[in-house]
Amino acid sequence: METLKQVLGYIGHNMPYILGLARQHLMLVGIAVGLAVLIGVPLGMMIIRFRTLATGVLGFATVLLTIPAIALFGLMIPVFSMIGQGIGAVPAISAAFLYSLLPIVRSTYTALTDISPGVREAGLGIGLSSWQRLRWVELPLAVPVIFSGIRTAVILNISVMAIASIIGAGGLGTLILHGISQSDIRMLLTGAVMVSLLAIGMDWVLLQLQGVLTPKGIRK
Amino acid sequence: MIELQNLCKQFPQKDGKMFNAVDQVNLHVPKGKTCVLLGPSGCGKTTTLKMINRLIEPSSGKVFINGMDSSGVDRVTLRRQFGYVIQQVGLFPNMTIEENITIVPRMLGWDKKKCRERARSLMAMVALDADRFLKRYPHEMSGGQQQRIGVIRALAADAPVLLMDEPFGAVDPINREQIQDEFLLMQQQLGKTVLLVSHDIDEAIKLGDMVAVFRQGRIVQCASADEILARPADEFVASFVGQDRSLKRLLLVQAGQVAAMQKTQTATLSSTVAVAFAEMDDSELLHLTVVDANGLPLGFIKRRDAKSGKGTCKDYLQAIAVTSLEGDNLRVVLSRLYEHNLTWMPVVDGDGRYCGEVSQEYITGYLNADHSAS
Repeated sequence: METLKQVLGYIGHNMPYILGLARQHLMLVGIAVGLAVLIGVPLGMMIIRFRTLATGVLGFATVLLTIPAIALFGLMIPVFSMIGQGIGAVPAISAAFLYSLLPIVRSTYTALTDISPGVREAGLGIGLSSWQRLRWVELPLAVPVIFSGIRTAVILNISVMAIASIIGAGGLGTLILHGISQSDIRMLLTGAVMVSLLAIGMDWVLLQLQGVLTPKGIRK
Repeated sequence: MIELQNLCKQFPQKDGKMFNAVDQVNLHVPKGKTCVLLGPSGCGKTTTLKMINRLIEPSSGKVFINGMDSSGVDRVTLRRQFGYVIQQVGLFPNMTIEENITIVPRMLGWDKKKCRERARSLMAMVALDADRFLKRYPHEMSGGQQQRIGVIRALAADAPVLLMDEPFGAVDPINREQIQDEFLLMQQQLGKTVLLVSHDIDEAIKLGDMVAVFRQGRIVQCASADEILARPADEFVASFVGQDRSLKRLLLVQAGQVAAMQKTQTATLSSTVAVAFAEMDDSELLHLTVVDANGLPLGFIKRRDAKSGKGTCKDYLQAIAVTSLEGDNLRVVLSRLYEHNLTWMPVVDGDGRYCGEVSQEYITGYLNADHSAS
């Protein structure tokens, strides 16, 4: 009980600071996942056309995801030091971007593979070009599955980004890191709870967006 | 209209050898005719169909559409010359029924008003309520309704040729009959050139002006349905069309056609029996149908009764158990004859007026006459 009171007291006194960190956290994740969508969805579409590339691309993205976050940040430092950005936002966003690729590429690939053969053949047979089929039929039908990939990437990276504060990227991880180094349970708990709330909240927001973007004819 | 010349398709097999899925197919389908590509699974009929709109590229041979070699045309442009209907229907689930129907017209740049009107008139053709369905989605319709939409989507841009790959194969039997009837009616109005893949001999009989029977990638016989049933080219065709092929030939003749070949002979209630007998004697009839002033059948009198009888037909009137409509095919008539243990029955038109009769004797003669000619 005492701890809860302390935590609430801490939050009450540091509201603007905490919200600032949360906003920064979201920005980092948002930019990383946004970039991953811009690259990953077309990449998923491409490996549908050139199936021989699919195994390689998906395999590579899987390997990326197996690298422990802390190691990936470590690896980023020497790479980005070459352009003078060894620590901070750039390597953090890059790492989160790499982690986002697998869920997004794979969900795009799966969604497009799962289009029913009848729908695909009808599209071909009535004379739609491959671009028209993609634009008018296949991508709209793929929305729910692609979105589930994006949601996975966002949740995953909200927690990954909490670790990015060790390379000075900021975000809610800052609270956790300071909480540990200063043995301050209030900061530690505040940071951890905020990260969870952020993940749950963003998942809900994206779910609503998915509902709006899913074509009416296939909404459950 | 559609001409296939030495069309071949080879697929590599697992053992590396080439397999001739379609082997030297030649076929000419005139404008406005329906040709059914008939055969068991794996006989190359679907592959042949798909080579026409180049969903499958031919290994060799040519396809001409109105004299134009299809291999010189861009594939997307080529496919827009055809309406395409498949067994799985393939409606786009993300689009409304109206959007599905008008997708090709929209690609072709028709204006909105014209698209809407087109969708409405097509819905009327298949007896679906436009106000109720146009704004709905495919999943809200039954399988039969979806397939109707599949057919009218293929007709939307008024392409001159329809390619249909087992279009009614997934529809339940009762709905299938209905859709086939609707399709026949539409075809009478529209006069499209149709190539239809089927493995169902009854469907081929019902819809095909000509039937091409496939076996192992080759056409083994291409002729009218009646010709194929009466004179199958070989054992394979004979067994594929079924041992009851003579009875199936009766599907191709309607009672009205038989009635139209007869002189309409009737008596009225007030006719004297003597007059009726004279009529029967002249035409060698065993009975004569008695009609009222409007031509509706009331009953019949037997020659035996009339021969010795006095008075009018009214006194010897026998009841008619059952009649058939002009549109009934002879197989239905024959079935009814057996059901009621009759040797003949009157044929009536849409208003119930007597227009002739069909007898077991006639049916037997019809089936045999053709055999002796062969």
